[in-house]
Amino acid sequence: MSATEPIISVRDLVVGFGGTPVLDHVTLDVMRGEILGFVGGSGAGKSVLMRTIIGLLPKRNGTIQVFGKDIAALNERERRSIERRWGVLFQQGALFSSLNVQQNVEFPIRENLAHLSPRLIAEIALAKLEMVGLSADVRKKYPAELSGGMIKRAALARALALDPDIVFLDEPTSGLDPIGAAEFDDLILTLQRTLGLSVFMVTHDLDSLHAVCSRVAVLSERRVIAAGPIETMLASEHPWLKSYFRGKRGRSVRH
Amino acid sequence: MSAALTGTVEGERAALAATGAWTAERAATLEEIVEAAVDRYANVRSVDIDLQKLERLDTFGAWLIERLKRTLTARGANARIVNLSDTDRGLIDEVGLVNQQAMAAERAPNRVMAGLDSIGRFMAEAGWSLALIAHLLGALTLVVLGTLARPSRLRLTSIVHHLERVGWRAVPIIVLSTFLIGAIIAQQGIFRLRPLGADIYVVDMVSVLVLREVGVLIVSIMVAGRSGSAYTAELGAMKMREEIDALRTMGFDPVEVLVLPRIVALVIAVPLLTFLGAMAALYGAALVCWLYGGMEPAVFLSRLREAIWLPTFEVGLIKAPFMALVIGLVACAEGFEVDGSTASLGLKTTASVVKSIFLVIVLDGFFAMFFAAIGM
Repeated sequence: MSATEPIISVRDLVVGFGGTPVLDHVTLDVMRGEILGFVGGSGAGKSVLMRTIIGLLPKRNGTIQVFGKDIAALNERERRSIERRWGVLFQQGALFSSLNVQQNVEFPIRENLAHLSPRLIAEIALAKLEMVGLSADVRKKYPAELSGGMIKRAALARALALDPDIVFLDEPTSGLDPIGAAEFDDLILTLQRTLGLSVFMVTHDLDSLHAVCSRVAVLSERRVIAAGPIETMLASEHPWLKSYFRGKRGRSVRH
Repeated sequence: MSAALTGTVEGERAALAATGAWTAERAATLEEIVEAAVDRYANVRSVDIDLQKLERLDTFGAWLIERLKRTLTARGANARIVNLSDTDRGLIDEVGLVNQQAMAAERAPNRVMAGLDSIGRFMAEAGWSLALIAHLLGALTLVVLGTLARPSRLRLTSIVHHLERVGWRAVPIIVLSTFLIGAIIAQQGIFRLRPLGADIYVVDMVSVLVLREVGVLIVSIMVAGRSGSAYTAELGAMKMREEIDALRTMGFDPVEVLVLPRIVALVIAVPLLTFLGAMAALYGAALVCWLYGGMEPAVFLSRLREAIWLPTFEVGLIKAPFMALVIGLVACAEGFEVDGSTASLGLKTTASVVKSIFLVIVLDGFFAMFFAAIGM
């Protein structure tokens, strides 16, 4: 499998609620093994694109291919097998509040690989929790007892539970302090290397973009206006890109 | 792609080779393979686990290889992983670091102690919830006194808004259910009393029952289920989203802003609904008496005039505002008890309905004793 093969390929995607579309003929590729940072103004539809790819929102037009297969053309069984190969980290973590941390991570393993022994399920869940940097005493806690950073880590462990090929991260560092955010960036980078993940990361965090993303795609005016390495974005003369990457906040990051 | 572990033993040395895809889909088989290997090579001194022919590896496979290595090492063998490819090295290294502490076996708690523990917790919980209601009642009294001193502080708009929700919009369902209750009681009464030739006394039974006890109880239970739960859920959601904290920091008293209008609306609405309910129940009873029992409406009405007197009616209506107060207090107290989790929102809403219905029935019992004592 070559490194430049797209693992997700979105073509002419139109998504809308009611009148004007939120996404209008969006075209985007995510390559195997890369970390794609997806940026855009608040309310521009970044999360909408992510949710459409993972099938939470209906599309009006266009095609979405994941692992080379058209998502819309799949039957129930094929769809489930594809869903097993991606993990999603929601913005608020979306941990199941009635389950403790360990049970949260065990849940997808137990449901998808039912014939595994309870011992192996527990071992794998604990291994994932340790990989995301959560200590053993957290595993019996419930989501309501966790801090924001711990919730993100636990949710990441759950997203990685089945060893997915792709992880979708919706603003993984939002709500974390700069130290926590930097640690989380490192974590994503490390896990991406060890597990060979492809990462689709919706983010607002310019530090994250610099630290971990191999490519950046920019959503503005309902379409992807640019995609490429961060250097290209910085050099671009497009007014929106200029103000986003070279505005007050952008500058402070570069120096 | 299948997965396997082949091995050859030379004296005290064993050479194992993992082949195929060691991934999540085959993890169950792989675990059996690893367990079997641990037994088979229990006596060897040195084991090389060769990963050269491995086609794919994920965390599940890597962990099982690591587990094989650890178990063999724990049995005194010298286990190593050899011919590790660069792509798999990171993963093998990573799982080498995890689960180092043996999982603490979970001790099953003593049944008797656990039982006592849950009883104790339940009692403490019950006491606590009564204390909360008393607390809120106290806070509400203070607010009411403050409002009496300065009536302009009363939030009329809010009261009217809640009055519409808990009063006006509740009318159809309350009228319908009390109508049916009245009709059912009348039908049963006619059915049982006719063989005794006493079917005229159905009117006494229905009217006393409906006006004194059942009417207000049914209405209270409906209101607790319909509006009490809504109050708890609303206040709980506001608590979760820190709206109540926001109110406090702006110098508002949540009891004054949120609780008072809701409870005032209930205290106004429940007596009105009780009245409507009683009328609907009598109407239902009269209809059944006429159509099913063959009793002319005029006969029903004249019997009704003899069966009840004004206090029968008053007893029911006097209870209504107190029922409303209990429902409102329980609902708001439970709402404020919601903590950060969504589970607690559901839990508290359920608790609110269950507790307020229970307390309404208990209160009705006290009223029955009270009215009996004063001869009403």
